[in-house]
Parts: sequence; structure tokens; C-alpha cells
Amino acid sequence: MSAGQIADVPMTDKPLGITRRLPKRGLQKLAAYLQAAPLALILGFFFLLPILAIVVVSFWDYDFAGIYPDFLTMNYTETLGSWVTWKIYLNTFKFTAIVWALTLLIGFWVAYFLAFHVRTATMQMLLFLVCTVPFLTSNIIRMISWIPVLGRNGLINTTLMNMGLVRDPVEWLLYSDFAVVLAMVHLYTLFMVTPIFNTLMRIDRSLVEAARDAGATGWQILWNVIIPLAKPGIAIGTIFVVTLVMADFSTVQVMSGGQSASVALMMKNQMSLLQYPAAAANAVVLLIIVLMMVAAILRVVDIRKEL
Amino acid sequence: MSKAAEIDIVSVSKVYGTTTAVQSISLKIPAGSYCCFLGPSGCGKTSTLRMIAGHESISSGDIRLGNVVVTDFPPAKRGTSMMFQSYALFPHLDLIDNVAFSLKMKGVDKDTRRAKALDMLKLMQMDAYATRRPAQLSGGQQQRVALARAFITDPEALLLDEPLSALDPFLKIRMRAELKKLQKTLGITFVHVTHSQEEAMALADLIVVMNDGRIEQAATPRTVFERPATAFVARFMGDHNVLSGRVVEQNGDMMTIEAPEGLRFSARGEGRPVGASADIGIRMDRVRIGDASEKTLGFNGIVSNVEYRGSSVKLTVLGAGSDDFTVLISDTDYFKTPVSVGDAVPLSWADEDVILLGRVN
Repeated sequence: MSAGQIADVPMTDKPLGITRRLPKRGLQKLAAYLQAAPLALILGFFFLLPILAIVVVSFWDYDFAGIYPDFLTMNYTETLGSWVTWKIYLNTFKFTAIVWALTLLIGFWVAYFLAFHVRTATMQMLLFLVCTVPFLTSNIIRMISWIPVLGRNGLINTTLMNMGLVRDPVEWLLYSDFAVVLAMVHLYTLFMVTPIFNTLMRIDRSLVEAARDAGATGWQILWNVIIPLAKPGIAIGTIFVVTLVMADFSTVQVMSGGQSASVALMMKNQMSLLQYPAAAANAVVLLIIVLMMVAAILRVVDIRKEL
Repeated sequence: MSKAAEIDIVSVSKVYGTTTAVQSISLKIPAGSYCCFLGPSGCGKTSTLRMIAGHESISSGDIRLGNVVVTDFPPAKRGTSMMFQSYALFPHLDLIDNVAFSLKMKGVDKDTRRAKALDMLKLMQMDAYATRRPAQLSGGQQQRVALARAFITDPEALLLDEPLSALDPFLKIRMRAELKKLQKTLGITFVHVTHSQEEAMALADLIVVMNDGRIEQAATPRTVFERPATAFVARFMGDHNVLSGRVVEQNGDMMTIEAPEGLRFSARGEGRPVGASADIGIRMDRVRIGDASEKTLGFNGIVSNVEYRGSSVKLTVLGAGSDDFTVLISDTDYFKTPVSVGDAVPLSWADEDVILLGRVN
């Protein structure tokens, strides 16, 4: 009897279910679109449209007084044909490479300490919050606060001179590539710490024990188990740092005292001269290059596990 | 791979801060035997295993493996190999590299170690999957890879931390048989931690029942089943009813105890002073429905539950200070004279089915 009941239920329920759901399905479809609409609108207006505008303007003509709708490749040929552009790109790549290497080293170190050497979860969270405290002030303030430390009569130089270690102030501390890299590392290391910390926290601790059981030393465990498993976090941190450094103009301007240049700074200067189409062309080139770099990172490391 | 080591645990303790996980236990595990540590969670069985493996420091005492005191040795220098609860296979490496991991750590060159790893996978019949990642395998396959990885170091003892707990019931029984077969072929010492009595009974040459950081009994499965040493073992193994009371009379080697309701039961045993508390165990499957030959070998109780189990029927009876006195009778016997919930029934047993249970300390 009970078997009969079980067989009966789906037979009567199935057709009923379909007829009842049919009108609902249309509604559900509409609801799904409605749910996606706000984000689609925001991305459309504030992301796609501006980029489209930049692409369009990059083909326009300009002179000292205004910009004129046109279809010229001049802005591109001028930018790409100038050795100044190439030098500036090279300089930007140099900053990116150095800052990436340093933030990776420091970021991994900090994340590793937090994830594997701090015992309690409360202490982990507390120390992690301490890492984020500097982010409660603005980028500019954190940058400018380096000036009294590094300047000619700054903290470091005064100390060195008072100790009698140097006779004249060390000049390369401020308004130099060193200062730019220092400020950038200071600003962007947390973007490396966070994703790496995240991946390290997800590593099953028994894997470390299994490696130790197999005779691995501390370094061997780090190299053969932890770093390979931290790759997705390293990739995400790398994407953050690379895109931030490639697009940076304020740090380069302030900390180099105008002696160094970056691609974004070059664009900013072009805009202040009202050469919008030239700046737009530069922006398109930069966008393509950064997207290619991100694509290259994603090809090397599969970050889908992390998302 | 045929050398097996005797494991000698000498008054080993493990203290975490203020809590003592393992309290000065001593145990000899004969070379080439299959030993199961059995007990509820938190009884110290995993801590003990981890101390043998070297993943946990020993607070006091010593552990000897073969002729070597390994107390202060790192895991890889002990000649043991551990298989972890969730297998702990490296997710970023394929099976060959997983199995070859310890050889790579030793600096064995790539071709040699990969060839040896493939041999190991062949032994476990996993060579067809050699280039896969662990995530692409089923639970049983992962266990075989974990075994291959454990055996490649040529250990004298294999330590298994709840190896079957991640598997579904059907696979559990199959992998259990495989473990037993493997241990017989390789002849090395296996130490296996489990909380399942059934698993321990099926596998072990030596069952070590632990509770609260102490060993309650270490004996062969048959002894643990037939003659549980303590009330805890009797309850944990689940085949005995435990009745508690006070010794009221000692007559030769027969002792009479009085249960809370004034009922008296006799059991073979001596050495307890009159007035001391005592527990007796009565085999569930030996209790019969019917009047007792002697008054002290039975009581009258009220049936509180009847469970049909196919070949047997399980009755739960209230009485003699126990609210879960269990009677297992065969279905034939039950259906000859069925009883139902609420019925008063006389229960009886033979004097050889009663044992006096001891206490730890």
C-alpha cells in the first residue's frame, strides 16, 4: 500500500507542477533581469561609457584652444613614435617590477607570520587589523608624512649627521626613485598581504604535518607545499599591485619632486595642457598593456579557487 | 619492507597547559601486529598516536621503536609513517609526485623517485591514475594513494589516524578488508586509531581501549569482547549490561552484590571487601526470558522498548537499578513467546555469563 502511495505522488504532482509554474517562469525571468539591472546600469554608466568616450576621443583632433571630432590615428602614432613615451613606459615598468618584488617579499613574510606563527585566532585578527590601521588616513597624507623623515633636514639626515656618520645630508633619500619606491611599497604592501593571508589560512595544516612526516625541512615545506598552494593569493596580490603602480601619478610626482615620470603622470600633464585626445590615446595604450599583463598573470596561475 | 618494529610505550604522558590528555600509559605493541586504539573522542588515543609518530612532543616518559628510543626524534627519523585522517594528499601535485614527495625531500633524482613512486602506485593498483590530482579521486582511491605515500619510506610501523572515517559505510568495510590484507602481506606493525568498536574488532590483533587519558584494557578482541576488564569497556563495547551495587557477601570464589533496588546478584570473583562498590557485566545475548534457576541470576523487569533486527530482537528492560538493561534474543525465540512494551518479564542468565568488572586505579 505504501509503495502504491509513493508511486502515485509524483504522477499526479508532475503535470500540476508544470502548469502552475509556467506563468511564474516568465515572472522569474523578469525578476532575474531586474535583480541584475542596478549593477548593469552602474557599470554601464560609470565604467563602459567613460571607457568608450576615451576610446572615441583618442581619435579626435585638438589644438591649443579645443578638441574637434575627427578620425585621426595621429594621437597614437605621435605617442608610440616618441622615444620619450618609451622611456617613460620603461621607467613605469621599472617601478612596477621593483615595487612588485618588494611588496611580494614583505607581504608574503607578514602573511606567513600571521597565518602560521600567531597561534590564536583573536591575535591573528588583531594583528591583521593593526596592518590595516594606516589605511584609515589618506594616501596623500601617508606619502607627505615621509617628507619630514627623508628630507635634507629630516629625521634620518639629522640623526646621521649628529652621530657623525655623514658630514653632508644624504641627498638621494627624498625626491628620488628611492623615495618613490619606498612610498609605493608603504602604500601597496597591504594589497599583497590580504590575499596571501587569505590563501595561507585555507591551507590544511595536516599537509604541513604530512610533509614533515615525509622528512621535509622547514624550507622544503615552504618551497614545496606552502608557496605552491599560496599561488592564487600571490597572483591576486600581484594584480592589485601591478595595476595600482602602473596607474600611479601622485606618488611619482610628490616623492620624485618632478624628477621622475610615469605613464599616468604623462597623461596628467597632457590633460593640464588641454591635450585631451593625446591623453586619451595614451590611456588606451596603457589600458591594453595592463590588461595584457593581467591576462598573462591569469594564464600562469589559476585564481578561480579563490573567487 | 618486511622489517617490523615492536613499539614500547613507557609511562608516557601528554599535558596541554593544565589538562592532561594522556596519563602515564604503558603499552607494548608486538612487532608485526595490528593494534587498534579504541575510545570515545577526547580519550587521548589520537594524542598517543601522534606522540608515536613524533608530531606531538612527549611530556614525560619514553617511546621505543625496535631497539631505538625515539622520544626526541623528528617524525621522519623514527621509521614510522603516518596516514592522516583526511589523507592530507598535496592538492597541487599529481599522484606520482605525491607518492614521491619524501624521496624528493631526500634529494633522490627525478627519474629514480618517479619510477619508485609508480611501483608503489602499482602495488596499490592506482598506477592508471598516476597523472591525476587527488581532487579527481574518490575517497577509497585517495586512501590507496595515501597508503602508497606512507609505504614509500619503507616504514617499520604504519600509524593510521581514523583512516576510514571519511568513507561511506559500504566503502568503509571494503577498505577495512584491504587494510587487513595489506598488513598481513607487508608484515609491518600497524597502529590504527578508531572510535568504532566494529572496526577494531574486525581488524585488530590487539585492542587498546582508552578512556580519559588512560588505558582501560589492552587485549585481543576476543578477550575484550568476552571479558571486558572494566565497566567502561563493557559499556563502550556495547555487548554487556552493567549492573552496579555493593558487595554484601563473599562465599568461596562467589561474591554477592546488592543493587540499589535491593536485588542481589552473584558473580564469580574475589578480593573485594564487603561493603565495597562493584560492577558486574552480563552478556546481552545470553540473557533469557524465563525464571532463573537461582534467585541471584536474574530479576523481573518491565519491557520499555522492542526493536526488531531481523535475525534477533532487542528488548530494553527497566529494573535492577538500570533503565536500559538490554536483552538480545533470536527471532525464533522471540516469536515463540512475544512480549510487548509494558509487559513484566522474568529475566535470567547462567553464572558463567556474569563477570565481575574491575576499575582503573
